[in-house]
Amino acid sequence: MKRLMKVMPLFIVGFAISLALAQKDDIAQIRQGPSVYAALEKAPQSARAKENPFEGNPREATAGGKLFEQHCAECHGPKAGGTRRGPSLLRGEVQQATPGALFWILTNGVVRRGMPVWSKLPEQQRWQIVTYLRSINWRRTAPETQ
Amino acid sequence: MALGLFVCRGWLLGRFLFCGFLVLMFLLLFCCLSSAQESPYIVTYDHYLEEPGSLEVEYFSTFGTQRGGNDFHAFWTEFEYGATAWWTTELYLDGQATFSDGAVFTGFRVENRLRLLQLEHFVNPVLYVEYEQISGADKIRKEVEGHDVESDLAEPNSELRKEHDHELELKLLLSSTFKGWNVALNPIFTKNLSPSEPWEFAYAVGASHPLALKALPNRCSFCRENFIAGVEMYGGLGDTHSLGLPNTSHYLAPAIAWSLPSDWTFRLSSGFGLNDNSHRLLLRWGISREFSGFGELVRHLFGGHV
Repeated sequence: MKRLMKVMPLFIVGFAISLALAQKDDIAQIRQGPSVYAALEKAPQSARAKENPFEGNPREATAGGKLFEQHCAECHGPKAGGTRRGPSLLRGEVQQATPGALFWILTNGVVRRGMPVWSKLPEQQRWQIVTYLRSINWRRTAPETQ
Repeated sequence: MALGLFVCRGWLLGRFLFCGFLVLMFLLLFCCLSSAQESPYIVTYDHYLEEPGSLEVEYFSTFGTQRGGNDFHAFWTEFEYGATAWWTTELYLDGQATFSDGAVFTGFRVENRLRLLQLEHFVNPVLYVEYEQISGADKIRKEVEGHDVESDLAEPNSELRKEHDHELELKLLLSSTFKGWNVALNPIFTKNLSPSEPWEFAYAVGASHPLALKALPNRCSFCRENFIAGVEMYGGLGDTHSLGLPNTSHYLAPAIAWSLPSDWTFRLSSGFGLNDNSHRLLLRWGISREFSGFGELVRHLFGGHV
């Protein structure tokens, strides 16, 4: 028990410092600006050409909005305008991307820049989120942080 | 309950844990909640890591039957933190209560999971490294390794506690998701850090599928999209002295996870022993909640300088 008492505080302090350091790196990368959108260009041609089975479907866009709120809004903001932790999705780079490219990003994440993979969401739910993102009229929506 | 048991084990440890608990609760009050789609696995790992900056607090219980001894209730608390999108780190605190015997704090574990590939592939590998310092009274049976069998735990706690293990555990988490199905396979390699002890081997395999692939437009607690059902199988494979299935135990465990829009996830798993060396039943349940923005909060506490 005495040994445990000596070792455990060290582990907990190390744990806290390591998580804070790691978080700092991610935020610094997000702040780098437009290059965060470059990941969209890395989507292979076959992925970009994929068609959204729910394109223009308002019911699926609403469901996608619910999923966005649950899984994405924490980093990208409740109206997708971006936060300190994630870039705006109202920008032209995102709004003009093909549905397939958005789906590819959702599936693969941008792991180096702190966006996790979301393939744990079923394919249909990822398409619902893409449908929601494509339904945002970014010209009429005021960005939350720019 | 777990906290109360820890306090009973000693004044210093109790004070330390109680202060830690208060600090954690204070921090969590100022964090945001975040909904997550959690897998139903309790023993098997898939390749999905904690979201960066999020802290997931989990509590799990295992009720186990024991032939030749008293049934037990083992429990553990997990603090799982997404350090980056490719690194998740975790701290476990274990304890157990054996019926007609007593309750003990049995040790702690620190684990790290590292994603090896940036993009998704058909099979996705994640490296798992864990250090554990536990006593022989640890009964959570989170992993069943080597020649772990039911009779190992039949002795009273006073005897089991005399054994102290320092172990290094390595796993390769292989996982694939296709058409809503997740299939995960974890080969496990464990080394007790005493030089004379052999490497032990084990496996865990699982498959799961959500009850609905599409989300409904409205927020709902009981809609099928919130449930993921699955099954796990896990057991030992011997050690470097005697590799193979003789004198090993194995379990088959149907499991289900229910993720609520209010950010809670419940898990239930009923593990059935597959041979005479296995506990007849390991009934597990767990509750977890994810707090996003925890990392940023910690950073602010250090004045943004960390």
